[in-house]
Amino acid sequence: MTQQLNMVSAITQALDQEMEKNEKVLVFGEDVGVNGGVFRATEGLHEKYGDERVSDTPLAESAIGGMAFGLSVQGFRPVAEIQFFGFVFEVMDSVVGQISRQRFRMGGHLDMPVVIRSPFGGGVRTPEMHADSLEGLMAQAPGLKVVIPSNPYDAKGLLTAAIRDNDPVVFLEHMKLYRSFREEVPEEQYEIELGKANVAREGSDVTVVAYGYMVREALKAAEELEKEDLSVEVIDLRTVSPIDYETIVASVEKTGRMVFVQEAQRQAGVGNTVISEISQRSILSLKAPISFVSAPDTVFPFAQMENLWLPSAADITEAIKETADF
Amino acid sequence: MAKKPLDFDKLVKSYGELFSMVQILDKDGKIVNKSLVPELSDEELVELMERMVFSRVLHDRSMALSRQGRLGFYAPTAGQEASQIASHYALEKQDWIYPGYRDIPQLIMHGLPIYKAFLWSRGHVEGNHYDDDLHVIPPQIIIGAQYIQAMGNAVGQKLAGKENEITITYTGDGGSSQGDVYEGINFASRYKAPVVFVIQNNGYAISTPREKQTAAETLAQKGVAAGIPSIQVDGMDPLAVYTVTKAARDWAVAGNGPVLIETITNRFGPHSTSGDDPTRYRSQESFDYWEQRDPLIRFRNYLTEKELWTEEHEEELIEKVQEEVLAAAKEADQVEKMSVSDSLKWMYSNPGQNIQEQIEKYEAKESK
Repeated sequence: MTQQLNMVSAITQALDQEMEKNEKVLVFGEDVGVNGGVFRATEGLHEKYGDERVSDTPLAESAIGGMAFGLSVQGFRPVAEIQFFGFVFEVMDSVVGQISRQRFRMGGHLDMPVVIRSPFGGGVRTPEMHADSLEGLMAQAPGLKVVIPSNPYDAKGLLTAAIRDNDPVVFLEHMKLYRSFREEVPEEQYEIELGKANVAREGSDVTVVAYGYMVREALKAAEELEKEDLSVEVIDLRTVSPIDYETIVASVEKTGRMVFVQEAQRQAGVGNTVISEISQRSILSLKAPISFVSAPDTVFPFAQMENLWLPSAADITEAIKETADF
Repeated sequence: MAKKPLDFDKLVKSYGELFSMVQILDKDGKIVNKSLVPELSDEELVELMERMVFSRVLHDRSMALSRQGRLGFYAPTAGQEASQIASHYALEKQDWIYPGYRDIPQLIMHGLPIYKAFLWSRGHVEGNHYDDDLHVIPPQIIIGAQYIQAMGNAVGQKLAGKENEITITYTGDGGSSQGDVYEGINFASRYKAPVVFVIQNNGYAISTPREKQTAAETLAQKGVAAGIPSIQVDGMDPLAVYTVTKAARDWAVAGNGPVLIETITNRFGPHSTSGDDPTRYRSQESFDYWEQRDPLIRFRNYLTEKELWTEEHEEELIEKVQEEVLAAAKEADQVEKMSVSDSLKWMYSNPGQNIQEQIEKYEAKESK
């Protein structure tokens, strides 16, 4: 059975079905209870599972992370929400300093099956310090997995896999994708393997590697360029840590050209890491320098400047053409 | 004189006045508060003293081992025996401990073999490899983080319906300034989590004196804003520390939520053996004042008076513990070396391509 779901509903369904199946799964965070979260990602869960399993925390992110740590030690599978990822700095020690390191510190004898869910990314004109693309900070931390879905189908399968995974996962949900479109999503549970990229569109001339909302923009660019007889392959990373280099290398060996696209600033995100790795692994297959589409290296901008600042399908189209014509 | 409608001065003084230090034994070992004397049998009183002597000997030997280069990081514990050992004595085996880095004696009392404590100090993973029934987490370095983690642990105990089980966590006067300490006690209050928060106020962070942490008259009063019972106790008095911790545990186990305890104690030595010289920031008078309040002196006097303790017994015990500690140091020498390829396997339960590639690379390197 399938249904038409937007991404936020797919996320709610993933949480609901896994909570129903496994009583060790707990959801907590700021306003996630009766209110169902500021984006309604936990809509209905409080009513169905009660105060103990779906709880509103006091407004202190560090302790939300500490609570996830302690609950893991007690055998639970915490799914904590950080209301906006711009607030992540308040919980950095818990996530990057503590949770990410605990399995290593204990020689592999203690798992930390924590999921930290959080809305991120720009383009929805939030107040300042809400929107940002801070996935690069997380991706640089050994011990974490960082997952970013680009559509409702992936969101459900990846979140289900993330909750079942015994390692800590930072699960970033692009705010612009929450309600931007619906697609067919199976009603039953399914998993999408973490750490594996998806070839979102096959092509033979240029490889575009992207993640999150930028996958949508890359697909738009690819469709546009098809009219000009340019065949663009689009790889959706799905997981930005660890990265699936096998899939990227196979594509680059086929096309010989690569464009990396991220919404984050040029000095942020995971673009620099991926480009560096591909340069080392596939230099002899490359017929042109790798192109890098990103936001500029400013602080995340004022709401009225966002559309000028964010990379777009037009920027990607231009980069693909330049790479193809090199 | 005009009437003072809002007396802020009086208001702020009133907070500290709420927290008079609980004491049962004075510095000479005389009972000063009969109504609070705990119901401990003679055997238990002796056992408590033996554990405190153990801890002092462990401290002395650890200092010596440090000087010989046979330990890594070591945070001295002399002076804090009542605060550490007597608070632990109020616990049950099933309780969980979230310690700070100075709280090694409580871990050993809870069942951590001494050689593993030494391995932790030396920087070997085996130091953190615990038996399943040892309910502890490795010592915390980020001095407030254990408070929020202990809170989460206690929320978990409560959700799992573990009825006679609590979490205890320790920080210091320096740690009490960390945001995580406030967040931890506040969350625990909101969730009514069975956790006992201990602030061991030993007078100094590394060199920063307690007075420079806060203008608040007591550290115990920090619990007031979280709406939880808070209490200050003489941390050089084992009976008072035991009584207060036991009462806090009973309160938490009964489902009432957390308690905050401030123990007024002192560290007789340096912050750590990594080059700290306490004479740079402490006067001789300060050392003298606190050494007169040594928990071992007062408890020894108390037990000798009760004819439960003799000098000979203490000497025999010291000798036995010294041997035990020496044997543990030797045992720690025997542990297998760590390898990078193994450490890569500790990272994830379900690793990605990067880890798998690097395991292969390091295994090849190591097999050469």
